[in-house]
Amino acid sequence: MRSEAGVGLKLGAAAGLLFLHLPLVLIFVYAFTTEEKSYQFPPPGYTTRWFSAAWFDRPDIWPPLILSLKVALIATVLALIFGTLAAAALHRARFYGRDSISLLFILPIALPGIITGIALRSAFDIMGLPFSTWTIVLGHATFTIVVVYNNVLARFRRTSQSMIEASMDLGANGPQTFRHVILPQIASALLAGGMLAFALSFDEVIVTTFTAGQQSTLPIWMLNELLRPRQRPVTNVVAIIVIAVTFLPILAAYFVTREGEHTAGSGK
Amino acid sequence: MTTAVSLQQVSRHFGPVRAVDNVTLDIAEGEFFALLGPSGSGKTTCLRLIAGFDQPTSGHIEIFGETAEGLPPYKRNVNTVFQDYALFPHMTVAQNVAYGLMIKGLARTEREPKAEAALAMVKLSGFGSRRPSQLSGGQRPRVALARALVNQPKVLLLDEPLGALDLKLREQMQEELKALQKQLGISFVFVTHDQGEALSMADRVAIFNEGRIVQAGTPADVYERPRSRFVADFVGSSNVMSPGFSAAHGGPNAWTSLRPEKISVLKATQAPGTGLGSADGPVIAMHYQGAVTRIVIMAGDTRLTAAIAAGAAHFAEGETARLVWSKDSLVAMESP
Repeated sequence: MRSEAGVGLKLGAAAGLLFLHLPLVLIFVYAFTTEEKSYQFPPPGYTTRWFSAAWFDRPDIWPPLILSLKVALIATVLALIFGTLAAAALHRARFYGRDSISLLFILPIALPGIITGIALRSAFDIMGLPFSTWTIVLGHATFTIVVVYNNVLARFRRTSQSMIEASMDLGANGPQTFRHVILPQIASALLAGGMLAFALSFDEVIVTTFTAGQQSTLPIWMLNELLRPRQRPVTNVVAIIVIAVTFLPILAAYFVTREGEHTAGSGK
Repeated sequence: MTTAVSLQQVSRHFGPVRAVDNVTLDIAEGEFFALLGPSGSGKTTCLRLIAGFDQPTSGHIEIFGETAEGLPPYKRNVNTVFQDYALFPHMTVAQNVAYGLMIKGLARTEREPKAEAALAMVKLSGFGSRRPSQLSGGQRPRVALARALVNQPKVLLLDEPLGALDLKLREQMQEELKALQKQLGISFVFVTHDQGEALSMADRVAIFNEGRIVQAGTPADVYERPRSRFVADFVGSSNVMSPGFSAAHGGPNAWTSLRPEKISVLKATQAPGTGLGSADGPVIAMHYQGAVTRIVIMAGDTRLTAAIAAGAAHFAEGETARLVWSKDSLVAMESP
């Protein structure tokens, strides 16, 4: 049953897609512009000097970039461990209030980042925790755990419980069963969930603003950079790097999970 | 005769539900033992208690004289064939079969020939390099069987392993399983809700209802001498007569079972032979079932069904038929 869409609908769809993706093209274009104080279209000329400027003249790029990578990496590792444990616990156990606890796990990703941010900030204040890399990581873990949790839970639901019993029946203890049966079953879900978690953490701004203290992650550095009138195209060069770092894992996660089923939890 | 598995007053309660309720059972070495019952009757829970996937609420379980309760599945010398086979999809058939040997720490060179031999035993030689997803419905239970048997268990537990197969394949697998069990000489504990399967394969059958064993014995025992209406109805089909009806028709003054195939059907005008029991009534249904035809009559308010060879007699609905049986065929039961 295929129906042909009308011309108006086709144009509307095309316009929508252009509206979504043209700004991305502009980011690439402005990385090569010769005008450094404002974004002027069309660019008066083209140059590649901002790439070398970013590399040689701007040591201030590196601390935020390294911080962002570090935070994303730690938040992803935490998510892999706790997301998997949470999914395993809630998949197997049957107890009163299970659905409520499941909801509590998913809630942080549905909650606006600003709420999460304010809540965490006041919580850190009350606990007297000084803001540091670790408070950023904790902030990010609130949503990266959900991503892994959802992916792994979906996989557990497809894995027959009797497979674990079969492994035990054939002589394997808990750790052996985890290594030889459970881990291979959830490996691609972990990969997909982990990459999504990394990408989400790497470009997170809102929660980070409230939990970072004096440090700047890369997205916050970029935001600040746009307010300054010098070497603006350098920001675009960095933006291209960010696109590469976040887009490639998401793309990879998409291909990894495509053969299996589609998993929820990719919307933040 | 050595006792392979012994359950002594074993119960397993899930909250208020008594899934297994005070079950006592001895399974001999080398015996093909069927646990038969409707779904939810406790037979699978019983099997899981023997395997170690579940622990009894109370009671005592011994496997070859050793206390089993409290032991995890990997410390028991029993293996299980699961209802859904539970093959590992990320491994080849050969890796599946060799799994138990790999866990035991056998070198690859040792376990591969053993796995291949186990596959040959279930007639799957040469399938080792396939994935479980590439197997047909009839091949999967064989892999599950080979994977369990390669560990040389003393007791093999089978949880409705043929339930998913179509009739032809199921009958073929029943024969092969029986032959395999004889050849290996180990105990098979076989869970099924299919009474035909239990009767044709097992040396002994335990019939479960609501968590309890209601009767146990050889297939002929439980079929010929049902002790309750439940057994009479569940194992095959039966006419259950009230004590009053039975006594009025030459039977004992007790709840009585009469198998449909023990009944012959006469026209109302024909006299029954001497010494035979009989009842007359209008025919309310004729069910043609291929090899047999089932004739249902109402004798007063008792419904009686006779199974006769197809074409042996013909009645119109409403016509009076005379059902005749030998008094030996009436089996007095202990409870209704």
